[in-house]
Amino acid sequence: MKKIFLSIITLTLAIAMVSCGEKVTNDSRKAQELSGAGATFPLPFYNVVFEQFGQVKGDQVAYGGIGSGGGVRNLRDKIVDFAGSDAFLSDKEMAEMDPVIHIPACMGAVVLAYNLDGVKELTLSGEIIADIFAGNIKMWNDKRLAALNPDVTLPAEAIIPVYRSDGSGTTFVFTDYLTKVSPMWKEKFGAGKSVNFPSGQAAKGNPGVAGVIKQTKNTIGYVGSEYAFAQKIAYAKIQNRRGEVVEATAASISAAASGEIPTDTRCSITNSDAAGAYPISTFTWLIIYKEQNYSDRSKEQAIATLDLLKYILSDKAQGITSEVHYAPLPAKAKELSMKNLKNVTFDGAAIVQ
Amino acid sequence: MNDKSYKILLFATALIMPTVCGGVVYALVTDAYEAFEHFGFLKFLTSSEWSYTEGAEQYGALPFITGTLMTTLMALIFCIPFSLPVALFTGEYFKDTKVAAMLSTVTDLLAGIPSIIYGLWGFYTLRPIIMTLNISPQGSGILTASLVLAIMIIPYAASLSSEFIKMVPNDMKEGAYSLGATRAEVIRKVIFPVAGSGIFSSYILAIGRALGETMTVTMLIGNTNNIPDSITSTGNSMASIIANQFGEADGLRLSSLIAIGLILFLITAVINMIGKVMIKRARIV
Repeated sequence: MKKIFLSIITLTLAIAMVSCGEKVTNDSRKAQELSGAGATFPLPFYNVVFEQFGQVKGDQVAYGGIGSGGGVRNLRDKIVDFAGSDAFLSDKEMAEMDPVIHIPACMGAVVLAYNLDGVKELTLSGEIIADIFAGNIKMWNDKRLAALNPDVTLPAEAIIPVYRSDGSGTTFVFTDYLTKVSPMWKEKFGAGKSVNFPSGQAAKGNPGVAGVIKQTKNTIGYVGSEYAFAQKIAYAKIQNRRGEVVEATAASISAAASGEIPTDTRCSITNSDAAGAYPISTFTWLIIYKEQNYSDRSKEQAIATLDLLKYILSDKAQGITSEVHYAPLPAKAKELSMKNLKNVTFDGAAIVQ
Repeated sequence: MNDKSYKILLFATALIMPTVCGGVVYALVTDAYEAFEHFGFLKFLTSSEWSYTEGAEQYGALPFITGTLMTTLMALIFCIPFSLPVALFTGEYFKDTKVAAMLSTVTDLLAGIPSIIYGLWGFYTLRPIIMTLNISPQGSGILTASLVLAIMIIPYAASLSSEFIKMVPNDMKEGAYSLGATRAEVIRKVIFPVAGSGIFSSYILAIGRALGETMTVTMLIGNTNNIPDSITSTGNSMASIIANQFGEADGLRLSSLIAIGLILFLITAVINMIGKVMIKRARIV
């Protein structure tokens, strides 16, 4: 018995030693192990990109999908190299921690999925969506809905709104849009990761909401575009700020960020006034410290972190976005981010030349 | 191993459970303290507000306590007409026969099915039926959750009550028969009065199971943070609100969720204690 036990230990140790063997990246820096945590929304994209980055550079990236709030908390505690977040940090949050830099990683959107017998196409406007979720529009054959959808026969049935029961960045983006388009919504409900929706029913996660909608007639609910695209769920076209009726696609989501964006990229791009923009679009960010020397991190680790961010901004990584049901960043956002990366320092000296 | 060290070892291992239980209570109380301090214990129990507005957060447990009590009570009501006949079948009419053994095995099997399976069955099978019968338009709600909960607790209630029914002394039953009582009369006038507190306690223990059920309820109750105004409307139970919101909660909301956990813990503990006391009484008879 003892012998078997001993040999198992030896074997494990041997395997551990082999796998720990030092790898060298192709620009002759030691391969690093990077860790990040945060948003679950871009997780499928990150999984692919981090894996590819590992193959190209040799660095291992571990990312924990623990939610945006948790990711930012981990960064504040300085136990990760980067945080992923669906919401940019507010000025108040920024003031509470050392200077950070936001780098948008990709784009996504929130779509309105519905289940209506015989209705294949549905057009909605921001105000109508707000009134549906506020319980002011109660019937599918409401005059305002009918006016937007002259070619569709809408049933005389009660609308059942479906929303998220758990706190979620998807809810934040959706309600952020509603606050912009509807003063009534802004005053009564506001924007947040959890919002008190007055009517309908709730379910956990994108799969929960999509499942309820698929199963229940006369429902409408909001779902992350990455989930809706992957699952081929029917969703409504939405009238944007210019009055154009837009379907959510990789191109129309990217278009939402083609307008003016601030240099630090911290902005909400819902209700964008750009041409062809899908109005409920959003960035998802990776957040790092501006000064990379913290918690005994080595300079090589800082360089690896920046390599990772540069890789995500590269055309190769951005090209993957639509394959995994996200949308690529527009040129402007990439340009700004590359510029912002130059401000990242280690012991006060810039890392990227 | 000698007797003494064996005793010490047993004592040490036996001590683990009370320590863990104490630790759970300690952790719940310390983390829930913030919520109780902020809202006041009574106000937290009786407030029906659950509002996230930053700066003006209001959290109260009443909708969830109501949701839990409603689903549990209705599950109990739905469960009785199914579990009591099973208990009488296996404990009296077909006592110690192969049919009874088979039936009780099948009933016990129900207890082994993971709750997520019940949830899926409820979501994909029962919910559409409720919608087609026009009981409620959205299908989810207190009623749907209670029906599935009822099926889940049948084995707990049935197998324990059957044991108590079996324990009724034969002399008493034979006495009743000799006086010309029919079987139905024996059940009503002898078995129920004698095994009554035992049967009652088995239902109490079944309630304990229904109170804390999380996954099934989360999938079927509709997850709205309001006091349900009818049995078909949607709501949230104490376990399901925790399951739903724990992930992204922090600060006061996290503390409020833990406070709800503490209240659930206390309710379950009291219910189980009542059950245990009743079982003890049943044994004396």
